[in-house]
Amino acid sequence: MIGGGLLALMIILALAAPLYAGDPLNMDPFKRLQPPSTEMWFGSDNLGRDVFARAVFGARISLIVGLTSAAGAALGALLIGVLAGYSCGFDSIVMRVMDGLMSIPTVLLAIALISLTGPGVGILIFAITIVQLPSVTRLVRSVVMSVRERPYVEAAICGGARLPKVLLRHILPSTIPALMVQSAIVCADAIMTEAGLSFLGAGVPPEIPSWGNMIANSRLYLAIAPMTIFAPGICLAVMVLAVNLLGDGLRDLFDPRAKRRR
Amino acid sequence: MGTYVVRRMFSTVAVMAMVGIFVFLLLRLAPGDPAAMIAGKSATAEVIAGIRQQMGLNDPIPVQFIRWVRDILGGDFGTSIFAGRPVLELISQRLEPTLSLSILTMVLSATVGVCFGILAAWRAGGLVDRILTGFATLGFSVPVFVVGFFLIYFFAIKTHWLPVQGYQPIESGFWPWLMHLILPTITLSIPYLAFIARITRASMLEVLSEDYMRTAAAKGASSYSMLVHHALKNAGAPILTVIGLSFAGLVGGVVITETVFNIPGVGRLVVDAINNRDYPIIQGVLILVAGLYVLINLAVDLSYTLVDPRIRY
Repeated sequence: MIGGGLLALMIILALAAPLYAGDPLNMDPFKRLQPPSTEMWFGSDNLGRDVFARAVFGARISLIVGLTSAAGAALGALLIGVLAGYSCGFDSIVMRVMDGLMSIPTVLLAIALISLTGPGVGILIFAITIVQLPSVTRLVRSVVMSVRERPYVEAAICGGARLPKVLLRHILPSTIPALMVQSAIVCADAIMTEAGLSFLGAGVPPEIPSWGNMIANSRLYLAIAPMTIFAPGICLAVMVLAVNLLGDGLRDLFDPRAKRRR
Repeated sequence: MGTYVVRRMFSTVAVMAMVGIFVFLLLRLAPGDPAAMIAGKSATAEVIAGIRQQMGLNDPIPVQFIRWVRDILGGDFGTSIFAGRPVLELISQRLEPTLSLSILTMVLSATVGVCFGILAAWRAGGLVDRILTGFATLGFSVPVFVVGFFLIYFFAIKTHWLPVQGYQPIESGFWPWLMHLILPTITLSIPYLAFIARITRASMLEVLSEDYMRTAAAKGASSYSMLVHHALKNAGAPILTVIGLSFAGLVGGVVITETVFNIPGVGRLVVDAINNRDYPIIQGVLILVAGLYVLINLAVDLSYTLVDPRIRY
């Protein structure tokens, strides 16, 4: 559960950012590309902005995008996956659509969706949710398909339970453990995709401080001020690692057999 | 076997049809009139109307879709709005750097990944295993562009061992070509290497606990022969799947790596196309990449019988 603790710490640091970090947007032309100092812990970027403040505020956008798109993908997958796993007709159509979406690499698909409206946080979350949907839906569907043959589901149907009740009370709960583990993986992936897209200029608009934007913005200054790239890069790596470790921890929690095998 | 191949081919066509509909709708959903975009800002209404007529944008959507599919099957992916040249020509000009990077990455991550996986499974729970598993988790979490900038900083800017950025075509000599590709290849390999190592390890561990492994050990087979001849062969199918899927999914990482290292490949073409809102290029690349993915998937599925003769369709 190191991952969970690390993630909680990062969430608190991001939420409390205005209390201890400076203004991430404040430019100071006289202090451009400064090395780290006591005043500015990670130095300053090419516009004289405080890299530490920007890194701390950048955590917010990563967390927002990561958590909302993971939640969106999980909810969407739950809805589609449960229905697809239960009804064959719906299944064959929906899964072909999912196969089609899956055959386009995530970054390209997200770029294509974002190119419709131009960069923005809303479209970014939407695009990442769509990109992640197929794999999560497949997982939910596979669990539903194995559960629906179980005796207790048959018993519930024989007992006169209506279809919505069978789906909600008897089938849906068994998908939750696997879904939670997968959501953590999706969240880590979403944070990475956000940073990657922002780095390419197809993610968060440049005026919002995000780790991907910071790295893209400082590309030319790697030789002079490496901290402008390393600071957001390390933050990003630590956050993704924390979420991945959380996912591993959840899997061990729900499936103790897997732990022994690993 | 025959009926399976036919069925598998049909599902491939179905998936490609889904991709086609999706990509086509994307262009129709895009804000703004494509004709106005081609005509430029200062065009008059008559000029735009003329282009609309010429492009067939006034026809019903299904008619447009069928014409579009027919064009693509005939190799016509449309014309770039920005460069005014055929999309296929623009893509093929950028193919060499992208293919070089992808192939080198796949060779590196498949060989090293499988070796790491075997080593880790051989001494499961030991020090080597822990180091390799830790590396795999880390490699999975560090984004490619972060790794890229670290490598550039330490191996190019600080030590001058390798060139910082750019690409040299292979015609200008093997060495310059390879030197420019070393850092990008390592950068792009890390996540795939970690993934392949992880799957190889899991798949090997499963096989190593089988009875026939104990028999082989009792016969006095060397550990090399046990690992490679007895275990790896039987663990092959999932490993092959992962390698195939990684290769097909490489494109996303290629886009970012090419941007980090300033390589003029297909990835840069797409990134420039987003900035110019050059939809035909985005469309063309999406269709080609999805087609490649589906074909590799098909090839992987069909090659199971070669790896494991017990699998029959």
